[in-house]
Amino acid sequence: MAIINANKTPDRPAPISETSVIGWLHKHLFSSVLNTFLTFVMLYIIYLTVSGVFTWGVLDATFVADNRRQCYDNSLTGACWAGVFQWFNNIFYGRYPRDEIWRINFGGLLLVLWMAPLWMSRVKGKVLVATTAVVFYPFLAGYLFSGGDKGWFTQIMVAGAITAFAFNMANMLTGLFRSQSLTKFLIEVLGQQNASDKTQRNILLLLTAIIFGAAFFWQMGQSLQPIVWTKWGGLFLTLVISGVGIASALPGGIILALGRRSELVIVRVLSIGFIEVFRSVPLITVLFMATTMFPLFMPEGFVLNKLVQVIIAVVLFNACYMAETVRAGLQAIPKGQYEGAHTIGLGYWGTMRLVIMPQALKYMIPNIVGSFIGLLKDTTLVSIIGLFDILGMLRSISKDTPWLGLHKEPLIFGAILFFIMCASMSKYSRHLEVKLSAGRTH
Amino acid sequence: MSNAPKNSQLASAASSDVMIEIKQMNKWYGQFHVLKDINLTVHKGERIVVCGPSGSGKSTMIRCINALEEHQEGEVVVDGILLGKNLKNLDHIRTEVGMVFQNFNLFPHMTILENLTLGPVWVRKMNRADALENAMKYLERVRIPEQADKYPGQLSGGQQQRVAIARSLCMSPKIMLFDEPTSALDPEMIKEVLDVMVELADTGMTMIVVTHEMGFAKTIADQVIFMDEGEIVERNEPAAFFDKPQHERTKLFLSQIL
Repeated sequence: MAIINANKTPDRPAPISETSVIGWLHKHLFSSVLNTFLTFVMLYIIYLTVSGVFTWGVLDATFVADNRRQCYDNSLTGACWAGVFQWFNNIFYGRYPRDEIWRINFGGLLLVLWMAPLWMSRVKGKVLVATTAVVFYPFLAGYLFSGGDKGWFTQIMVAGAITAFAFNMANMLTGLFRSQSLTKFLIEVLGQQNASDKTQRNILLLLTAIIFGAAFFWQMGQSLQPIVWTKWGGLFLTLVISGVGIASALPGGIILALGRRSELVIVRVLSIGFIEVFRSVPLITVLFMATTMFPLFMPEGFVLNKLVQVIIAVVLFNACYMAETVRAGLQAIPKGQYEGAHTIGLGYWGTMRLVIMPQALKYMIPNIVGSFIGLLKDTTLVSIIGLFDILGMLRSISKDTPWLGLHKEPLIFGAILFFIMCASMSKYSRHLEVKLSAGRTH
Repeated sequence: MSNAPKNSQLASAASSDVMIEIKQMNKWYGQFHVLKDINLTVHKGERIVVCGPSGSGKSTMIRCINALEEHQEGEVVVDGILLGKNLKNLDHIRTEVGMVFQNFNLFPHMTILENLTLGPVWVRKMNRADALENAMKYLERVRIPEQADKYPGQLSGGQQQRVAIARSLCMSPKIMLFDEPTSALDPEMIKEVLDVMVELADTGMTMIVVTHEMGFAKTIADQVIFMDEGEIVERNEPAAFFDKPQHERTKLFLSQIL
């Protein structure tokens, strides 16, 4: 006969070696003589490096000076950060006119505001927010940054962007304060909850048209001073190139990957050819081709701006890499998922968009972000073909008369900037993975 | 709901209550002849159980009915529409024919309710509120309304299969195909799924079920079909099928599984 103790034995506390700091130290650092010895050797090496860097970069460093001579007068062995500080505007904005820098900052702020709702769980309609951002924002930002005369197409897109932005912000507010989408809120305010779907839609369309019209007339009176792309530079230029690259490489990659798996022979062969050609060539070759060879093949008098050529090259190159990442993700989805989708009547695009892609993208996140980080770093190659991106700017500090020969500090500063950008992307990707797999065990 | 396209090729001699008509269907995988001269007529409300040894082509046959597999020769007419290259016909047939798989094939990234409303909303263009109500109705019918907001991975196999059945029913299909619905389940979960299927049969749904559950076949089937090596060897009413099998191969098969 079994004896069952109704009172459960209380849990014993974990041994000290599992919980305390000393226990941890003992277990991980001083568990044996050899381990203890290695710990001390490593600590000494770390001390040497960190103290050296700290003395050079902080203790002995000069932060305020007018030229390199003054830095040396202050300290011979310390870093000369003053050069980097004096070039701050150049490093971030290139040769963009100083009075117009607000346009860059404003453009950046708009993007942050535009995207912010995507991170707020209470705000509805995220797909629409992201789509309008991809469709309209580039034109608004493009006009903000380059200014000049607006063609009719730009005018329409700018007005569209203003409309979309206004709706987006209003939608964010109704989402935050009432957990409601803007459309629902408007319908309620107008007292049309009981109207038919069609009437409601017509009301919303009318409202959109009114705001669009107002935005259109307002922007007709506005005009910004033109700034040629050759004045763009620094981190701004790097972010423009890699931002466009990141935003278009993923959709491009998805299309190419679907093409590669297509049952239509011509589509498949073209996609494979395209992907393999771009993947077998180094980026720098593609960049040279785009800027020096491409114009030779074009008819006389056909001049495409060099920046556009570079951006197209970066986008195509990265779309091809992305295509392979996406293909790998697609292959991880079992055939049963396609069949399940087909049996409820979904066609090819419905199956891809609603069933396959959302699952495949989740598997792909680490690789996609990896490619994005690679892309961000690769764009520094454009400094070789004569664009003054952030690397180009950092290197030209050493050619500026007051700072002649100042190499180390600008490059270290650039490294720190890139580390911050890349590490935060990577950190965010890990956060996304955790978030997307929460509650979905397979 | 009879919204069959007007210009579709209607089966010439089919009477109105014929749901599925297969004539001289042949299929090959490369050189391998999987289905040989299959002829089968299924009437509205008929329940057909298909059995046979593995590799006999039973699954392939029912997968040809909603065109998950392509047949190379012969005619398949479903709900008056000829299956062929015409993609519009294909989409129409797939919305009218529900299918339940051995491995459930639920969408793991969606909640149970989202799984159930996906088809009605995107394919049938039902509005979301109606689709939700409809989905809850079917979840109650398969007796798991309390799982509505969970993800498939959080449910047991039997529950997942019942969700899969509900997902098909949400499309209000005219025909339901079951491809070994209980083969991947733990023994104690088989009954809950079979119970749901028996209830479904009682509503007069046209069903074709590939299964090894002979008890189930005896209870609900109007006809039992035995397949071997890609052929329909024997077809009979359950009582006659189990008591007086005509063919040697049928006898051998029944002696092995009963």
